[in-house]
Amino acid sequence: MTTQTVLPVEPDTLQSISVSNGEPAWLTESRVNALRLAAELDLPKLEKTKIDRWDLSNFGTIRTERPALTQQLPEGIASFVDLKEDSNLIVQHNSTAVYTTLSAELAAKGVIFTDLETAVREHEDLVKSYLHTLVKPEENRLTALHAALWNGGVFLYVPKNVEVDIPLQSIFLIDDATASFAPHVLIVAEANSRVTYVDNYISGQYDGKVVHNGAAEVFVKAGAKVQFASVHNLNEQTTDLINRRSVVDNDASIEWIVGEMNAGDAVSETLSVLQGNGSLSDAKVIAVGSGSQKLNYTTKAVHFGKSSDSQMITRAVMREQATAIINGITKIEKGATKANGEQTEKVLMLSPKARGDANPILLIDEDDVKAGHAASVGQVNQEQIYYLMSRGISREQAERLIIYGFLAPVVSDIPLEQLQQQLQGLVERKLGQ
Amino acid sequence: MATHFVVEGLKATIEGKEILKGIDIEIKGGEIHAIMGPNGTGKSTLASALMGHPKYEVTDGKVSLDGEDVLEMAVDERARAGLFLAMQYPSEIAGVTNSDFLRSAINARRGEGNEVSLIKFIRQMEGKMKELEMNPEFAHRYLNEGFSGGEKKRNEILQMLLLDPKIVVLDEIDSGLDIDALRIVANGVNAMRSEERGFLIITHYQRLLNYITPDYVHVMMQGRIVKSGGPELAERLERDGYDWVKEELGIVDETVGQEA
Repeated sequence: MTTQTVLPVEPDTLQSISVSNGEPAWLTESRVNALRLAAELDLPKLEKTKIDRWDLSNFGTIRTERPALTQQLPEGIASFVDLKEDSNLIVQHNSTAVYTTLSAELAAKGVIFTDLETAVREHEDLVKSYLHTLVKPEENRLTALHAALWNGGVFLYVPKNVEVDIPLQSIFLIDDATASFAPHVLIVAEANSRVTYVDNYISGQYDGKVVHNGAAEVFVKAGAKVQFASVHNLNEQTTDLINRRSVVDNDASIEWIVGEMNAGDAVSETLSVLQGNGSLSDAKVIAVGSGSQKLNYTTKAVHFGKSSDSQMITRAVMREQATAIINGITKIEKGATKANGEQTEKVLMLSPKARGDANPILLIDEDDVKAGHAASVGQVNQEQIYYLMSRGISREQAERLIIYGFLAPVVSDIPLEQLQQQLQGLVERKLGQ
Repeated sequence: MATHFVVEGLKATIEGKEILKGIDIEIKGGEIHAIMGPNGTGKSTLASALMGHPKYEVTDGKVSLDGEDVLEMAVDERARAGLFLAMQYPSEIAGVTNSDFLRSAINARRGEGNEVSLIKFIRQMEGKMKELEMNPEFAHRYLNEGFSGGEKKRNEILQMLLLDPKIVVLDEIDSGLDIDALRIVANGVNAMRSEERGFLIITHYQRLLNYITPDYVHVMMQGRIVKSGGPELAERLERDGYDWVKEELGIVDETVGQEA
């Protein structure tokens, strides 16, 4: 059964806005076609989460004109950035990029780091050949809506053999419930390049509900190495929907570090397509749920390349009445000989009303492979609490130690110290400590 | 004030079954008491009940440390009051390093605003680990995770050395230890002997008492202390076993709470 979809904007309106914003014809067409698809397509089918019952009507009002970059940092983001002369930062405020900076040194090496709307104008051919090829509008209503409505966003291009040592950062801030908030992150790392990208999704205070419907597409070319770290910290009124995907060529690698720290309902997918021989993917996800949050987090690796390797670890802590469905999917295609896929999902529940569900799924069409999984869902172990308390540690502190201990295998492996500390702080706040 | 630990008429149950049927014991600072007895007679239950393990319910009796009512205290308060239990089966806690744990425990004892400095802590910890012939790497390992039986026991003694308790209860600290480890553990205990500190050593075998000479020896059967004496009692138990005690007291089945 297909329910009648109420589109957030009429196709004609979307078309004229795109044209008046000066977008190229192919992009206008892409947006309008995607919007038409959104009217026909169903919502994605999620494991054990009834997303069709969610209120997904608040996509905000689409911005009618494209304001110029103000190069003013919005309030409330100071704690997320450490601006130095050689900083590389993009800030999106509601529907629009407001600040972008790239060090002269990186620009001279041919690195492109700008908001995606600007990139469409300045690097049209590059963007066109990659945009929406990993997260495709024809998949479901949400991917279609994203392709129709995306705004702001990030384009990061690292030329062949260029190694970038300092992380490039972006911040996506929403503080207006009426705004359309749908950044699209597009990263292309050419052969033998190396780059680290870190982003934060944050929200101010507002009344009214918001749906963030975002996507990230990451292309890792032969021998390249990309670290992609993302921390989502959106408020209770905001439903967070995100597809993070990468395609990884021969001997290339992607490392995902994800902190799911939202206060509202959320669905995320973090996918690596291991296309190349010897390609690697490593995904580390930590999540904390509280209140009555409904969460559905999927990590997935699809192996095509021979001797490709995927590692996935998710650790989730659920308190109060939060519910988490944690899926790990390892898919090994025929011909991906000597592939190896390992995954672990663990959920720690802090209250009797919290719910956790860990679903390891192995789909293997090739015999000559290795794959392993481990999953567990449990409460805080009372023997451990007793043991710690018997040394004089208070119950609260004992629980805290055990929770951090539970998250430690992921947190302590995060290669960026600043991010590690930020996540630690967010975990503390989410746990009410 | 000299340490004074008093247990009077202590009764405790687990899942409704009475295991301790009235224990009386008095330990003063400087004294070492040993509780011996066959398996299943309630020795470890006594240790757990004194520490406040949530599975055991104390149904009667009194426990006081320097005049303070121990049974009124939560587990962590008992520890901060000076009670220490070296456990027979210490928990393994992944993700929490041994040194983070030890520092949290020391600071909990010292109280807010009086935390030990990191450098001083590390110096203390490393010094004590050396005394116990522990590999320094154990400081950074997760708490008891993947430790062998002997390593766990040494880690218990390390905690005892660092926490400076008033009353130390050692629950089968000798089980699973080879002779070298036993000697090291015993040296750790002997180094801690002082007028301010009392010990209650629970053991199945006499061999630990070859290294640590107790002042008093108590035999436990059927959830009670059935016989008390000096070090010579332990020696006789080592030589003759427990049967003569049972015979003397007319006990057929010495165990408690174990229905056949």
